[in-house]
Amino acid sequence: MEGKAIYTLWLREVKKYWRSKPRVIGSIAQPFMFLAILGVGLGSAFSMAGSSVNYMAFLAPGIIGMSILFNSIFAGVSVIFDKQFGFMKEILVAPVSRTSIALGKILGSGTLSFLTGIMITIVAIVIGGISLSSLTFASVLELAALMLLTAFVFVSVGLIIASKMADMEGFQLIMNFLVMPVFLLSGAFFPATGVPSWMKVIVYANPLFYSVDGMRGALIGASSFPVAVDLGIMFVLSILLIIIASYMFGKMEK
Amino acid sequence: MDTLVLKGLTKKFGELVAVDAIDLSIKKGEIFGLLGPNGAGKTTTISMLATILSPTEGEARVCDHDVVKEKDAVRHCIGIVFQDQSLDEDLTAQENLFFHGQLYGMSDEQIKIKSKEVLELVELMDRKDDLVKTFSGGMKRRLEIARGLMHHPKVLFLDEPTLGLDPQARRHLWEYIKKINQSEGMTIILTTHYMDEADFLCTRIAIIDHGKIMALDTSDKLKDVLGGDIVTLQVSDADKMKTLMEKLECEKCVKKVDVFDGSLNVTIKDGGKNIPKIVQLAEKNKITIDSVILKRPSLEDVFIHYTGRTIREQEPENRLRRFHGR
Repeated sequence: MEGKAIYTLWLREVKKYWRSKPRVIGSIAQPFMFLAILGVGLGSAFSMAGSSVNYMAFLAPGIIGMSILFNSIFAGVSVIFDKQFGFMKEILVAPVSRTSIALGKILGSGTLSFLTGIMITIVAIVIGGISLSSLTFASVLELAALMLLTAFVFVSVGLIIASKMADMEGFQLIMNFLVMPVFLLSGAFFPATGVPSWMKVIVYANPLFYSVDGMRGALIGASSFPVAVDLGIMFVLSILLIIIASYMFGKMEK
Repeated sequence: MDTLVLKGLTKKFGELVAVDAIDLSIKKGEIFGLLGPNGAGKTTTISMLATILSPTEGEARVCDHDVVKEKDAVRHCIGIVFQDQSLDEDLTAQENLFFHGQLYGMSDEQIKIKSKEVLELVELMDRKDDLVKTFSGGMKRRLEIARGLMHHPKVLFLDEPTLGLDPQARRHLWEYIKKINQSEGMTIILTTHYMDEADFLCTRIAIIDHGKIMALDTSDKLKDVLGGDIVTLQVSDADKMKTLMEKLECEKCVKKVDVFDGSLNVTIKDGGKNIPKIVQLAEKNKITIDSVILKRPSLEDVFIHYTGRTIREQEPENRLRRFHGR
């Protein structure tokens, strides 16, 4: 019964995403532009500075992380839309536990973010950010696990914020103050090793950092922490945030 | 055991008392109407009964389940059609019904049979695979009612079911509501601020204002409180009119007689039945009545009687509300 409800909510997210072609295209086009333009532009600056690192390969995990972050936070937007257009009431009045509703949303939006992450990975392989030789069975598994956990972490964050918000304006504000710093301070563009220590503290408190760091470790073998540590941190965080999101959904009235 | 029992049900939003200690019992198979202006507490009451809001005080039982302690059991036996739209417009009609059936734990086979049945009932079978956003307001409303019926609820809540519909679509919906009540024996609770709707549909009506029930009875009995019908008699001869007035005042069934604008206004019980008596009385006294008009008091009159104002004095901003969330 609860499983069925979770499946239904999951199916709805996937169906709605697939039907909204602009969303599908947008979710791929934006990271593609970041990767192509920044990869080429900043890449040439990096090599001019005498670095031997392939900047495109350095950037790719960061952009995968970014696309998952943006897509996952959109789960919060969909909750607010459901509230504003009344559909949330239909869900809340059904004989389904609030935990299942939250889980359905998390799994549904998580799946979409994960798929976007895979598509960006493919794009990165095509334009040379990820070399096929770096993909071993183990690294693909690590990459997939990190993408999935990243999706769960940020979908949960989106749901937690959305459960407290009644309209888009407030959500947008929070997003601007939250998403951009999370993105910029994740080590997606620059390595976190050389930054001042005050910034390092913020970077280390940022979930996206561990996600990007882990993916970078899996793909180019260069990371601040061992991949297993990154995976562990993301795993614990996602469990914690899913529990909080379910709890917040349970308290939501109308 | 009554299907719905409310005991001192109260909801406060901060200082505001939206629902004020309501006591109520509703029997199986009734079409019960909550009639009142916007902001009277109708939707809040229904929301508590449908487990979307928790009461501040008091208790309510639906199908013998407590709305706070046994939420899931209550949710299983009720269907609800909200005042504001609650369909997913990016899905088709069929998908909306499928989604609903799944949430209520129906099997695919059950969903197939039942969705066909309800779509036929609301005459949307030929549009079942169209996206809901292409539907007209009336069609969306009908689809919502169809969805509310999917899981065969014992109690159906309809919150302002015909708000914003054209007269023809309203008539149509009223017929559906009567039909499902009669064929399925479903208990129906509806809120409305349309007098004619309450009058046409409801077996009993509660007039609700400022969160309190001001009066509760059948439509006819509520109207009887006003003392009966008003029969207006036109008599051309002034002397004879006076004689008739005196004679009428002695009659048992007559409550009150007064002269208004050159005619006699007789307040009388069962106006229709007693008109022949009045005419006979006049003939016996050789008085010619030129014309007779019978007026039944309307629910509007009853509403004014209890609340001191008409229901339209506080018309709402319903359409706007959706865009402000809630």
